[in-house]
Amino acid sequence: MPAVISTAGLARTFRTKAGPVDAVRCVDLTVHEGEILGFLGPNGAGKTTTLRMLTTLLKPTGGAATVAGCDLATDPAGVRRASGYVAQSGGADPQITVREELVTQGRLYRLPKAEAVARAAELAEELDLTSLLDRKTGALSGGQRRRLDIAMALTHRPKVLFLDEPTTGLDPAGRADLWTLVRRLRDEHGTTVFLTTHYLDEADALADRLVIVDRGTVAAEGTPNALRLRHAGSLDATLQDTFLAITGRGPAAPAGPAPVAV
Amino acid sequence: MLLHDTALVYGRYLRQSLRSRFALLFGVLTPLLYLLFFGPLLTELPLGGQGSSWQVLVPGLLLQLGLFGALFAGFAVIIEKGQGVVERMRVTPVSRLALLLGRVLRDATVFVFQAVLLVLAALVMGLRAPLAGVLIGFAFVALLTLSLASVSYALGMKVRTPQEFGPLINMVSMPSMLLSGLMLPMTLAPAWLDVLSHFVPFRYLVDAVRDAYVGHYTTPHMLYGTLVALASTALSVTLGTRVFRTTGA
Repeated sequence: MPAVISTAGLARTFRTKAGPVDAVRCVDLTVHEGEILGFLGPNGAGKTTTLRMLTTLLKPTGGAATVAGCDLATDPAGVRRASGYVAQSGGADPQITVREELVTQGRLYRLPKAEAVARAAELAEELDLTSLLDRKTGALSGGQRRRLDIAMALTHRPKVLFLDEPTTGLDPAGRADLWTLVRRLRDEHGTTVFLTTHYLDEADALADRLVIVDRGTVAAEGTPNALRLRHAGSLDATLQDTFLAITGRGPAAPAGPAPVAV
Repeated sequence: MLLHDTALVYGRYLRQSLRSRFALLFGVLTPLLYLLFFGPLLTELPLGGQGSSWQVLVPGLLLQLGLFGALFAGFAVIIEKGQGVVERMRVTPVSRLALLLGRVLRDATVFVFQAVLLVLAALVMGLRAPLAGVLIGFAFVALLTLSLASVSYALGMKVRTPQEFGPLINMVSMPSMLLSGLMLPMTLAPAWLDVLSHFVPFRYLVDAVRDAYVGHYTTPHMLYGTLVALASTALSVTLGTRVFRTTGA
């Protein structure tokens, strides 16, 4: 499978009053076309910073990367055309209707007015938002808002979809819906999905392959089973134990067991 | 593309302003109160300028409207950063300059609209001024808004919380208001204060609009005011664009 994302020595240092902080030291990774990649790591490991570099929101201070054949440093516009991004916080204005947000997003991707309207209807249909089109986004449930965020990110039919903790704050049914949706996107459109999560059951159920980062570098990578075998010694090991073995500490999930989808 | 994107961003934020009609009118309230309860105090005072006291006060109130309104524009961007709206737009191919221009043009529209309301109220109170002068006054309000709102958005992109933003703005706005002779002309001031006020750019704008309101369009005041307004707009929009282009929000 050809690589759709590849990074070499990707790094980002923030200058703060307390001195430089190496949020990402050196990330080397490859994501194949049509793959669902789970990007895991404790809080502060550099997940979001990596994601923000790969989506052109943040300039790397070291290393290089290509997304869909476009170089991050020299062709950020190409990277933007090829990728969609859903931030942890989402990206909808609560005062605006679902329809207006979807149409505006189409226009931001430079679709002519009529096409933006048509694309909004199409996306609403695909993500089950049609009955909510005239509702303000602030009145949506967590799961509905997440679907809207993803719809906005899919406006331009990107090759790669970046999701930053897409199921945080969703109820179990919402999580299950989202997993189904992510799988469907990959199966029907061949979209490559790069997602970060704190939920190990989610990573296990959804991701074809995991990349575990710790302290700004890649600590391990492989299929969930390969990681179990290699780092916890058995296919029967929990991913939690595997994660602990790799990072030396627990994933920074909220206290208690991760919620399980029903 | 820049035009298309700017129009798109402008439309989005203009609709936002139109949705909150109350806020749209509320902005005129402070200058209106000055007009109603402060203006009458000046009518019999020797203010040293030409024309009536209204021709001195109203230009000041117009620029006060722009000064306070536009300087606080950046608040909105802090809120939008929290909602993720800023990043969502920044991952699209939309022009970074348009993200700023659309916003500041909306602000200029809103404040010129409020300025019109204020002048209408002033006419009722007794203001008489040449139409061309009044229109020039609106142009200065627009330029002042473009300039200050750009700086304010740039600052809003840089700071993390509204709590950091408010004090910074107050630190600029209060001295600017007092030292530019917005309320009373600086010609009344002792020499040291008059000299000090010449270091505050708003001073030149206020003087220019006051000249316009008495029908003097070719004075040194007008020249300096125009130059300062244009230069600070160019500078601020450049700064704002730089920040919008590079800042990870």
